[in-house]
Amino acid sequence: METVQTSRLFFRRKPVSVDALAPSHRGEARTAFVFLLPWLLGLIFLTTLPMAGSFVLSFSHYDLLSPPQWIGLENYERLLAHDPRYLKSLEVTTTYVLVSVPLSIAMALVIAVALSQQTPTANLFRGIFYLPSLLGGSVAVGVLWRQIFGGNGLVNMMLGGLGFQTTSWIGDPRYALWILIILHIWQFGAPMVIFLAGVRQIPKEIVDASIMDGASPVQRFFRITLPLLSPLILFNLVMQTINAFQAFVPAFVISDGTGGPIDSTLFYTLYLYVEGFRNFRMGYAMAMAWVLLAIIAVFTAISFYASRFWVHYES
Amino acid sequence: MSTITDINTAFPIRRLIRVGLLAAVALLMSYPLLWLVSSSFKPESIIFSDAGFDLNHFTLQNYIEGWNKLGMPFGVFMLNSAFICLLAIVGNLFSCSLAAYAFARLQFPFSRTAFAIMLVTLMLPMHVTILPQYIAFQSVGAVNTVLPLVLPKFFAVDAFFIFLLVQFIRGIPRDLDQAAEMDGCNKYQIFWYIIFPVCRPALVLVAIFSFLWTWNDFFSQLIYLSSAENYTAPLALNLFIDATSGESAWGMLFAMSLITLLPLFVLFMLFQRQLAEGIATTGLKG
Repeated sequence: METVQTSRLFFRRKPVSVDALAPSHRGEARTAFVFLLPWLLGLIFLTTLPMAGSFVLSFSHYDLLSPPQWIGLENYERLLAHDPRYLKSLEVTTTYVLVSVPLSIAMALVIAVALSQQTPTANLFRGIFYLPSLLGGSVAVGVLWRQIFGGNGLVNMMLGGLGFQTTSWIGDPRYALWILIILHIWQFGAPMVIFLAGVRQIPKEIVDASIMDGASPVQRFFRITLPLLSPLILFNLVMQTINAFQAFVPAFVISDGTGGPIDSTLFYTLYLYVEGFRNFRMGYAMAMAWVLLAIIAVFTAISFYASRFWVHYES
Repeated sequence: MSTITDINTAFPIRRLIRVGLLAAVALLMSYPLLWLVSSSFKPESIIFSDAGFDLNHFTLQNYIEGWNKLGMPFGVFMLNSAFICLLAIVGNLFSCSLAAYAFARLQFPFSRTAFAIMLVTLMLPMHVTILPQYIAFQSVGAVNTVLPLVLPKFFAVDAFFIFLLVQFIRGIPRDLDQAAEMDGCNKYQIFWYIIFPVCRPALVLVAIFSFLWTWNDFFSQLIYLSSAENYTAPLALNLFIDATSGESAWGMLFAMSLITLLPLFVLFMLFQRQLAEGIATTGLKG
């Protein structure tokens, strides 16, 4: 640290050309290689080779005990045509993503706008709203949700007190998925924090000018806030969707790892886990992982393509 | 700071309504957590009859009984989790800061391509790599050890952290590097004596998020750890659900749930501002 302080004092104002100082690029490349070595090794041995391996094995039958057998496209055929449970998991996951992601982003957006003023109260609210995002992925919160929406749970205590007929929400295939969707929306705090930073950067002049022109708060929201935040909306949309497709813990905890009742909470990755690690169909699970990757890639590509029609970038 | 809603100060009633609505949402959202805390101190019979915070029968019984319910003290699982988190933090700090320095400051062939590849790995679902990794770790007998959970962290697999640190290092004035170079520092010394210490705020974020993600990384822990004495806190909690199914043990379950959440609460209290700013500037997932 001492070097920094002193050398800064002495040399700060003297312009020094980078080229004059730089050692040969060859030497620098060698240094860079040393710095990048852990990452490169990880990229090769923990990412690229495993991906290649899982791609090859996705065309095989492999139960971890006997050597893998090449079965061509059979796994993929089964996925797309002969496995109703897989199609069910795809349906459950897609519903989950399509409902919970837009709702949590809308919620995050509205609350962020309401908190745009930087006051102690607003920062307190920010903390309260953010906390669930920190805890939401844990087994403990899954346990809590199990109780709250169970037959004798908190929700039914309240509804029963009001004289309503009650049911076990997580035990009923009509409602179980919605309980998980509520859990996802409960975690709107993470995208909210991102929006909040964006809202607070909107230049005051633009807002003042619009007020002078007589814009109502609703008009300002749709004509100023939304367009200026649109890059962040795209970002949150893509990241939330990628994460939601991979949701695992809540469904696992609420359904005891089964995806029940009647597969109504059989998330994609839960089914992948069941097939790979309970039924030891590794090849099949790997095919599922590759289809998941394809789904995510297609979704991301579409989002970025479509973004040119609605995302507004300041020049 | 001035913002859109400045004008709202001119309309106190509107502002009052807004704060009231926010408070209502905040109460609704935190009610489950508050109820969890209070219920963990209630006897079993009260938990299912009291939707509020009746603490007239305050008891520590749930904690005392729950702590030893799984045949060994719950502290064992907490320590297992803490150990894995600690190694994950060290690994990420080491490997990601090295890579970030190279990406942010050094010139090397294909640097743009390498950076793009790094960004693409951000989007990969872990499921395309974790199954073959499992097979590989199994073949060398490393399943049911911490190795598969920790080793990848020493090879910068969490590219998010590289990205975060690259962004931060790019913001450090190059004058600093050049001054040190004039003083005779080589690249390694510049990294170690200048960049690394100056990166402290970003490194704190890396440490916090390494901890959070590792603590909650249930999927990997579930597939790799198979014997109870190696279980992490979330796995132990999951075992607890199975062990107590049939009997009514929500009190104990709540108490142990709260214990596994405690480190996250503490982290939240200590680093609330850093967490919020970190997410805002880098888009890290909560």
